Amino acid sequence: MLVRLENRGEISKTMVYASPFIAVVLTLIAGVFLFALLGVNPVEAILSFFITPISTLDGFAELFVKGTPLVLIAVGLSFGFQANVWNIGAEGQLTVGALAGGGLALLFFESESLFLLPAMAAAGILGGMAWAAIPAFLKTRYNTNEILTSLMLVYVALLLLSYLIHGPWKDPEGQNFPESRLFPDAGILPVMIETTRMHVGWLFALAAVATGWILIARHVIGFQIRVTGMAPMAASFAGFKEKRIIWITLLMSGGAAGLAGMVEVSGPIQQIVPNISPGYGFTAIIVAFLGRLHPVGVLFAGLLMALTYLGGENAQIEMNLPNAVTGVFQGMLLFFLLAADVLIKYRVKFGGPKTAGAAEGAG
Amino acid sequence: MKLGKKLGLLSGLAAGVMLAATGLAQAADPLKVGFVYVGPVGDHGWTYEHNQGRIAVEKALGDKVKTSFVESVPEGADATRVITRLASTGHGLIFTTSFGYMNPTVRVAKRFPKVKFEHATGFKRADNVATYSARFYEGRHVVGLIAGKMTKSNVLGYVASFPIPEVIRGINAVAIAARSVNPKVTVKVVWVSSWFDPGKEADAAKALIDQGADVMLQHTDSPAPVQAAQGRGIWAIGQASDMKAFGPKSHLTAIIDDWAPYYIERTKAVLDGTWKSGDVWGGFKSGMVKLSDYNAAIPADVVAMAEKARKGIIDGSVHPFAGPIKDQSGKIILKAGEVMDDKTMLGMNFYVEGVEGKIPQ
Amino acid sequence: MPEWFIPFLLSVVTASTPFVFAGIGELVVEKSGVLNLGVEGMMIVGAVSAFAAGVTTGSGPLAVFTGAFAGAAMALIFGVLTLYLLSNQVATGLALTLFGLGLSALMGHGMVGKTFPGLPHLEFPLLEQIPVIGPLIGTLLLGHDVLVYFSVVLVIAVGWFLNKSRAGMVLRAVGENHNAAHSIGYPVNLVRLLAVLFGGAMAGLGGAYLSLVHTPLWVENMTAGRGWIALALVVFASWRPARVFVGAYLFGGLTIMQLHAQGLGIEIPPQVLAMAPYLATIVVLVIISRDSALVRLNAPACLGKSFHATG
Repeated sequence: MLVRLENRGEISKTMVYASPFIAVVLTLIAGVFLFALLGVNPVEAILSFFITPISTLDGFAELFVKGTPLVLIAVGLSFGFQANVWNIGAEGQLTVGALAGGGLALLFFESESLFLLPAMAAAGILGGMAWAAIPAFLKTRYNTNEILTSLMLVYVALLLLSYLIHGPWKDPEGQNFPESRLFPDAGILPVMIETTRMHVGWLFALAAVATGWILIARHVIGFQIRVTGMAPMAASFAGFKEKRIIWITLLMSGGAAGLAGMVEVSGPIQQIVPNISPGYGFTAIIVAFLGRLHPVGVLFAGLLMALTYLGGENAQIEMNLPNAVTGVFQGMLLFFLLAADVLIKYRVKFGGPKTAGAAEGAG
Repeated sequence: MKLGKKLGLLSGLAAGVMLAATGLAQAADPLKVGFVYVGPVGDHGWTYEHNQGRIAVEKALGDKVKTSFVESVPEGADATRVITRLASTGHGLIFTTSFGYMNPTVRVAKRFPKVKFEHATGFKRADNVATYSARFYEGRHVVGLIAGKMTKSNVLGYVASFPIPEVIRGINAVAIAARSVNPKVTVKVVWVSSWFDPGKEADAAKALIDQGADVMLQHTDSPAPVQAAQGRGIWAIGQASDMKAFGPKSHLTAIIDDWAPYYIERTKAVLDGTWKSGDVWGGFKSGMVKLSDYNAAIPADVVAMAEKARKGIIDGSVHPFAGPIKDQSGKIILKAGEVMDDKTMLGMNFYVEGVEGKIPQ
Repeated sequence: MPEWFIPFLLSVVTASTPFVFAGIGELVVEKSGVLNLGVEGMMIVGAVSAFAAGVTTGSGPLAVFTGAFAGAAMALIFGVLTLYLLSNQVATGLALTLFGLGLSALMGHGMVGKTFPGLPHLEFPLLEQIPVIGPLIGTLLLGHDVLVYFSVVLVIAVGWFLNKSRAGMVLRAVGENHNAAHSIGYPVNLVRLLAVLFGGAMAGLGGAYLSLVHTPLWVENMTAGRGWIALALVVFASWRPARVFVGAYLFGGLTIMQLHAQGLGIEIPPQVLAMAPYLATIVVLVIISRDSALVRLNAPACLGKSFHATG
């Protein structure tokens, strides 16, 4: 075996920052091959993927519109993941948050009150929390695996949305189509840049990042979460209550996802529709890991992920590339990003003496 | 080995993409026409047929147009962005091909008054937003007649997607037509809560067959129900595109959406400067709705009856929703001699006599 | 026995078999201490590859084999990334699904609208002629396609392998405590890679079953979330092969039952009926996991953790 990994013994500061760039460069090289294979001019394709989508004010603003739910959810999830609490059901919590927040706007559809938006945001957070409380309760009370319960509840939430939108919440003037009324102006998030769709939801995402950073770096809860994840035994010796951590992390991620749902319906969609989220809850899991479970990392990862979606749409319009190419390209980028992180803790050695070890032998 | 196979497939696709690209390259200053699709162009149903329409536009108008499309666009926050993107990259005409794009289309249209928009199956219009849809129920009427004649068990199975007026209208049209030739017919409906899940559609079809249905109709997009019908040896009627390949023995006929004539006509209107907003609800007459070839197993007199009804619809002598129509309780909701107006049909939210169960609310 | 009962059971068998394959594969993967959330991606690539091979060559066995092989090829990507480049398993698995959905659509470009005749069924006409119980036996045991039998054999074989064979013990040891397994001299990453490849092959087979038997056709996204259900089933089964089988049939059964309930005119909104399989899964899981000792006994302790030999 010619290539092997050697433990650096410590974290490489350089690689912490360099590895994402290495990954991007590798993706670009692989992308050139992929596009060349497809008979497309690789330079044009890569420009159309990464540059042209955000070359206009509109496009630049869209980056934040698309990134908002991803960052919000991923910041929330990153806490749980650090504590080994696996909330896979953010999509469901997002949906229930959107229903709770949006439901309020439908209930007061003639309201002009300034309090409507804050109330909707609160309802969204509470809705997401309530949905996340189910796996938290089942986990702490019956020791039921949260991966499974939170995932199953995604389907239940989506069916609940489907039921409401085909039944009681249908727009009475909507000719029986499955869409709610449009929200009143008081229930729509204000736009930050005129003529674009960039709404104040992005500020929520930034606030979540800041809060997350403070919590994880400064607050005792953040410390407890990290210790619980890394050394559960030590945590229990130190008297951290595991159940408390489970509740806190699930409620935080559920609340953030619920807020993301409310932001989606109140920002860009402005009504309840049968498909509120194109899988943000799942994509955010990848975003959380790409950002290495750190709020600031999540911020950049969320925007990068958003960019690949915008790029995919743009490449379809400009290059006639099928949507499938977006998925393949996105997958490749993620593979490289995830793999490049190995460089932080390990260095690549070519040839040289082998350290004894079954793992190397296996490779 | 594996990689080699992938590469082979990729390069095959690549050749196609290149051909398409070179074919477009020479145009001087073509009209850019954009399409927004809700599903993948490979769904063999709704989106597939819209894409056939797009290809037909390119074929018919050559280098006067350049088309582009975005597939699998979710009907939420993303739709507005995609439509905006199309409008701001020089597209002069944009077709948004799913109901869920209604509000996004109207919203974007306000910002781009010079761009023409065409929204399928919706009801909100503006000076630069036209709407269009197809009277699939005309097709449903004819297949309902055939199904009523072909059934032995007098139970028709109907695999349905979501309880929206469009789908309910289809179910009712079939029930009315089938009972007009065979009063004993009832229609059983199973909702799969999805437009597109071949496995579930097949399972729903099997459940209906197990409960006695011997003609399968569907308002979902995959050919799975036709395939299930073939597997169990009963009749089936295809949806959106010709599905004969999936059940050659079972496939009686299919209702085909043909958007090509409309798309060509509207694109030409933009080129000529004669485009006006409006609402087109086309059927057999305008060629938007078609039936695929009749199965040879259908007796000649039934074919004759079906053709007579189809021609009658074209010349206006037959209306699929002509009174008397009774609701499920037997109450007359449309008197004899009257025909239902478009508004009632568009918002249809009740079952007629002969349909089993209740509309999920 | 109502007339619809036997065909009902048949539908359940067809609907459940893909879950059995994908679930049992993932079970072996997880027993080795690896969590691969990319089942959906491997399934869909398996589905399109199997269908493409079937249509091009016309050979059923070759199609099935190609599906399994394609699933394993996808799993290889995951294995190399997580085992040798130590990327996070949860994120890599999710990325694999994204990648698989795109790749399958690209590969299946020319396959839309084609058909495949399906796989051979085993017929035993004599047995089915026994009065009363004949049809029931016939339906339950006979007349299925070969893959259904293979899925049953597979469950038994995996159960035997994990609990009785030496190799299975090594696999479990690796999943239980990779450091200890390593110090005894077991090749931790090789064992895991093989498990991951097996899991991929089985997911591919599950996908192949969908595109060759359940609905012999190819359309994009045709797995429609079944890979996720398979994942859930493994936890549901508390990592025991027989329970994966039971869980798969329970889930398949409930799905079919809710469709039948609609046809019989039961007046519950279909969305509420469609929730039933998911809610039932949660309820059963709660009942099983209340016995915490039992779950801890079966859950691999090193699940999801990366391993790098320090030498």
